[in-house]
Amino acid sequence: MATGQRVSSFSARRVRADVPQLTRVVNGRTITYLDTASSSLQPRAVIEAMSRYYELRHANVHRGVYQTANEATEAYEGTRTSVANFIHAPGGASEIVFTKNTTESMNLIAKSWGAANLGPGDVVLLSEMEHHANIVPWFQLRETTGIEVRFIPVSDDFRLDLTNLDELLEGVRLLSITGMSNVLGTKNPLRQLASAAHQVGALIAVDGAQSVAHDTTDVSGLDLDFLAFSAHKMLGPTGIGVLWAREEILDAMPPFLGGGGMIADVRTDGYTAARGVTRFEAGTPPIAEAVGLNAAVRYLQGLGMVDVAAHERDLTDDALRRLELTFDGRVRVIGPLDAVDRGGVISLDVEGVHPHDVAQVLDQFGVCVRPGHHCAKPLMRRFGLAATARASFGPYSLKKDTDVLLEAIEHTLKMFG
Amino acid sequence: MSNLEDLYREIILDHYRSPRNRGELATPPAHRVEGFNPLCGDDVVIYLDVRGDVLEDIKLTGHGCSISQASSSLMSAAVKGRSLAQVQSTIDTFKELMAGPASSQSPGEEHDDELDLRTLGELAALQGVVKFPVRIKCATLAWNALRQGLEELA
Repeated sequence: MATGQRVSSFSARRVRADVPQLTRVVNGRTITYLDTASSSLQPRAVIEAMSRYYELRHANVHRGVYQTANEATEAYEGTRTSVANFIHAPGGASEIVFTKNTTESMNLIAKSWGAANLGPGDVVLLSEMEHHANIVPWFQLRETTGIEVRFIPVSDDFRLDLTNLDELLEGVRLLSITGMSNVLGTKNPLRQLASAAHQVGALIAVDGAQSVAHDTTDVSGLDLDFLAFSAHKMLGPTGIGVLWAREEILDAMPPFLGGGGMIADVRTDGYTAARGVTRFEAGTPPIAEAVGLNAAVRYLQGLGMVDVAAHERDLTDDALRRLELTFDGRVRVIGPLDAVDRGGVISLDVEGVHPHDVAQVLDQFGVCVRPGHHCAKPLMRRFGLAATARASFGPYSLKKDTDVLLEAIEHTLKMFG
Repeated sequence: MSNLEDLYREIILDHYRSPRNRGELATPPAHRVEGFNPLCGDDVVIYLDVRGDVLEDIKLTGHGCSISQASSSLMSAAVKGRSLAQVQSTIDTFKELMAGPASSQSPGEEHDDELDLRTLGELAALQGVVKFPVRIKCATLAWNALRQGLEELA
């Protein structure tokens, strides 16, 4: 073995054994969980960390002077450091804002940075493959500021059509784009997009909801300005999300929600906002959830994101090939057909069967997939679809999950054929 | 798989594969009403031709799952050519069926479920939907639109 080559200790079977919910039996069968793109399942390490916190260590943060209050504050703030480390934030913990989820993080960018920095004629450039969380806040901002919202088209091969990128970037102040499509699985060329945005003096914000849990994220290396993601899609709990932004950008952003915790002073004639990231965290924050997020980050780091990515690429490649071989065109993949620059999100169009019916029949096999428009209606319209049935992988997924998926689709086709 | 067969009865699959009264009517004289399910994107467009107190003709278009499409097809067959009072009564009975056994066995009220199902005819095939709460909105989509259309005409 060559010197310096690392030996992978990653085992999806071991991850699977760590996730209690994967032992659940539904309709007489152990579940086949293929809905990680909606929400991931939690390993025991996350559940137990939160449970230990509630049993012995709960107190409000940033207030009390007694020991558990100090411990709670340290735990909450410690998560900032872990998360900063996980995404390679150049400025460390002082660049990590806790929110409720990716959606709130995107809203924070629009309603704080956007409202303060954008005006009539300024352009925010999105893409046709965005989740509603990266569309609606910009339309809302357009109503109040008169900005222009523009979209990078998606080509027939389910990738960004960057042919006219230079033209599209004219007048752009912010390029806000997904790292990985929650419908197509397409991973976007973030380094190239960041460089193109910066060349015209624009910033780049990335919706990392789908990408962060499935591959290494290096905001420094990619030269990003904002990154938004949710804990519950990365083996952590619901109720907490992250907004990372470069420190100089965050420092110049006005507060978001008003209330306790985000102030330096409040008088009868006004208030002074706190400095630093707490300016964006009004009210009692999700403390137990931060504890869970920290455990999730450590768990993922223990697995190794390089190995997680390799494992999911292998699963995706296998599933794409077998879907094609097994169904001979009766099941169409709405997304790239090769596992290159693509994650483990596989949207399916089953011939003659509505996605809700597909998902219903799959449920009888214990297979959990998500039917619907996946909060990406402009993208669905682009491809003339009302909905798809979406299967998605996580680090605990195995090829035998694809076996069950194929068996269940086969049955669906027979039933409706 | 007994549950699944309850949901996807042969009558339902038949109406899904060959929907009845599919198409459009000229407006006016017909009245057009739309139903939409924002959660799943299913939609239905209903054309109602009411003469006097009779629903002379009904046509439907739309997209959706087997349950929403079969339910709208079954509905059209059940109400076409009926008096408005009969249509209203069918809507009420169907909505009651979708509300599940809890609502039809309210205390102090003797209720004959068998009789209900007989008046519903083929529509009774949709009773399996009740066991799948998230699909009830699929089954009721066209019915809500029909009720709305009749209210608009009243």
